[in-house]
Amino acid sequence: MKTVEPGSGTATPETLPPLSTAVWQHRHILDLDDFTQEEIELVMETADAMAEVLTREVKRVPTLRGKTVVTMFYEPSTRTRASFELAAKNLSADTISIDASKSSVTKGESLLDSLCTIQALGADFIVMRHSQSGAPYLATQYVNSSIINAGDGWHAHPSQALLDLYTIRRHLGKLDNLKVAIIGDIMHSRVARSNIWGMNTMGAKVVLCAPHTLLARGMYDFLSKCNLSNVSIETAVEPALEDADVVMLLRLQLERQQSGLLPSLREYIQLYQLTMERLSLARQNALVMHPGPINEGVEISPEVAHGAQSVIAEQVTNGVAIRMALLYLVAGGKNK
Amino acid sequence: MSTTILISGGRIIDPGQGIDEVADLLITKGKIAWIGDKGKAPSQPDLTTIDATGLIVCPGFIDLHCHLREPGFEDKETIATGTKAAARGGFTTICCMPNTNPPLDTQSSIDYVKKAAEVEGAVQVLPIGCVTKGRQGKEITEMSELAKAGAIGFSDDGEPVASSRIMSLAMDYSQASGLPIIDHCEDQELSDGGFMNDGWVSARLGLKGIPKVAEEITVARDLALAQLTNARLHIAHVSTADSVELIRQAKDKGTTVTAEVTPHHLTLTEERVMGSKLEEHNQLTYDTNAKVNPPLRNKEDIAALIKGLKDGTIDAIATDHAPHTLVDKMCEFGLAAFGISGLETALACLMSLVHSDQLDLNTLISKLTSEPARIIGTRYGELGTLKPGCRADVALFDPNKEWTVSSLDFASKGRNTPFDGCHLKGNVMITIVGGKIVYKLNSK
Repeated sequence: MKTVEPGSGTATPETLPPLSTAVWQHRHILDLDDFTQEEIELVMETADAMAEVLTREVKRVPTLRGKTVVTMFYEPSTRTRASFELAAKNLSADTISIDASKSSVTKGESLLDSLCTIQALGADFIVMRHSQSGAPYLATQYVNSSIINAGDGWHAHPSQALLDLYTIRRHLGKLDNLKVAIIGDIMHSRVARSNIWGMNTMGAKVVLCAPHTLLARGMYDFLSKCNLSNVSIETAVEPALEDADVVMLLRLQLERQQSGLLPSLREYIQLYQLTMERLSLARQNALVMHPGPINEGVEISPEVAHGAQSVIAEQVTNGVAIRMALLYLVAGGKNK
Repeated sequence: MSTTILISGGRIIDPGQGIDEVADLLITKGKIAWIGDKGKAPSQPDLTTIDATGLIVCPGFIDLHCHLREPGFEDKETIATGTKAAARGGFTTICCMPNTNPPLDTQSSIDYVKKAAEVEGAVQVLPIGCVTKGRQGKEITEMSELAKAGAIGFSDDGEPVASSRIMSLAMDYSQASGLPIIDHCEDQELSDGGFMNDGWVSARLGLKGIPKVAEEITVARDLALAQLTNARLHIAHVSTADSVELIRQAKDKGTTVTAEVTPHHLTLTEERVMGSKLEEHNQLTYDTNAKVNPPLRNKEDIAALIKGLKDGTIDAIATDHAPHTLVDKMCEFGLAAFGISGLETALACLMSLVHSDQLDLNTLISKLTSEPARIIGTRYGELGTLKPGCRADVALFDPNKEWTVSSLDFASKGRNTPFDGCHLKGNVMITIVGGKIVYKLNSK
């Protein structure tokens, strides 16, 4: 590991892979549905280099010096926002953070007006979180800044899926032919949707597991129409867990029960909570993951969440490296 | 100023009379005067001759279902702009829905629309009154008075009557007027704030879906109530295969039901929400111009809707012209208004079905003329026909003329069309209302 002289300021990450526009096409990061295997590999390779930067005493490289990254969050978020801002700062970008719930939005400004204002202020990158599916797609049609989707409605959360893939690869050395069980509220989960695309592309076998009321009715057709042949659906948790290499839980929003999609939290816990006993159905040393924030004692028992197989905290750490990699690559992306 | 017009050498199609021949048509004093062999028309002073060689000459189209937004939403459309759009689309009579502000639930509001249309309207406007007061679904309107004022039917379009009891009362009561209840069939508990068809596209896009059964359950309910009450029922914008089948069965049993379908439900599928150039750009757009209620469905539904048109299960084609402002549509998909501005693209869209041999021209024209005329009845005179003595409402269109849709050229204030930029074949050339040319292509 390279050490940095105190007072030498920023260091150049010599281990960064050369930017190849032949592989990398993206000017925006909207979802993983248009990512090739090579592109996902490149993100992970780049993240490896960024992870190395993060181990240095001065965790900062000058890659985005003079660039402005604006985070614009229309939904509350702690980890994703902090992760993106840290990533941008580590790359020496200037960061502005707009809490849309407290800004001019409450005065009736539309999303497009806000975006145009931010662009006029000189934003090179806009990191967006929005409660409406498709909002970042709207943004790309009207502003020139690079748009990075930090979660849109029920639709996509590409940086989360990439950090999930990255975390799995770091532990298990590969992604292809691994069995990944994603358990919980699939219908409303942007994390699940982005992971479906990313994992399918990387050759992992995904099993989605939820009661029918938390599974969009069109999900089966979606998988077949889009040739997502590595993805299947189970409504019982046991077959989903059987021999799984990775178990990923999704947060159960408590309002799902209030809106009648579940009879009771109690029955959900009985049927779907990942307990130590259930975890034993998976492969020995299977990874336990969760995009957070977790409802301990609902979708996951505290013993599992804090147990030896849990990599939940590490997901958060890897998130910074992945987001640094994304900003770095998007800065050099030309086409899309 | 009514002129004497000879439309010469066009192919005259009048399905109501069973006419399909190349002939001349003479209009005098605002009425159809004569149809006959080319060059044989009785001579007239001050004759304006229109060379219609290569054109279809047919009764002006009748739209059973459009939204003119006036009074109350004049930023979206007015009676003046909406009727101009109608004229551009070859429509000579349009029926406007009562979801205005105030809604058309009293005699005075019906009067307002009729008077405004007489002064400013380019085409004839026939208002539809509300089923319930304020479109609240609670108390039925004074239907007899609304009928006397000129309403041609009753509908709470956009805000379906949820209560089966109120709907049953409305049907019972409406019979005295002889007018149909026109229902937008949607169980809003089931559609539950959805944005598009519930299917693979909604699952992919992470958008809340509107299941087909939300429509079908209400169609089934309304058909059962129509059987019970013997009232006239008209099902608005049918969008699913199973709705078509339910209506077919009810008609077989003798239920007094009629039905309409829109040009967009006949030509577009749910996939249009992902964008028009998905394959070219490989990027989703969440196109709000494809957000409409009922939502765009699947290929199987389109096939069933066309079959329904052919076998008579579906009587008419209506545009459900729903103009909106740019602000209503240039926003997040979930927040965008439902609706398509449809009057000016209707014919060209529908002609794509003719050009692809899915529908024959005579059937298509009947669904836009004689069939909707039958549903309206004769209280406004005989509509949808070129019979001598009838008001001269005529559309002339070139079935093969190609053009590219540009919403900026619309007469409608609503530029919200999923066909923007589409290359279509079939173009309205001239529209005549009461013997007066109200629209001519390439002249303002």
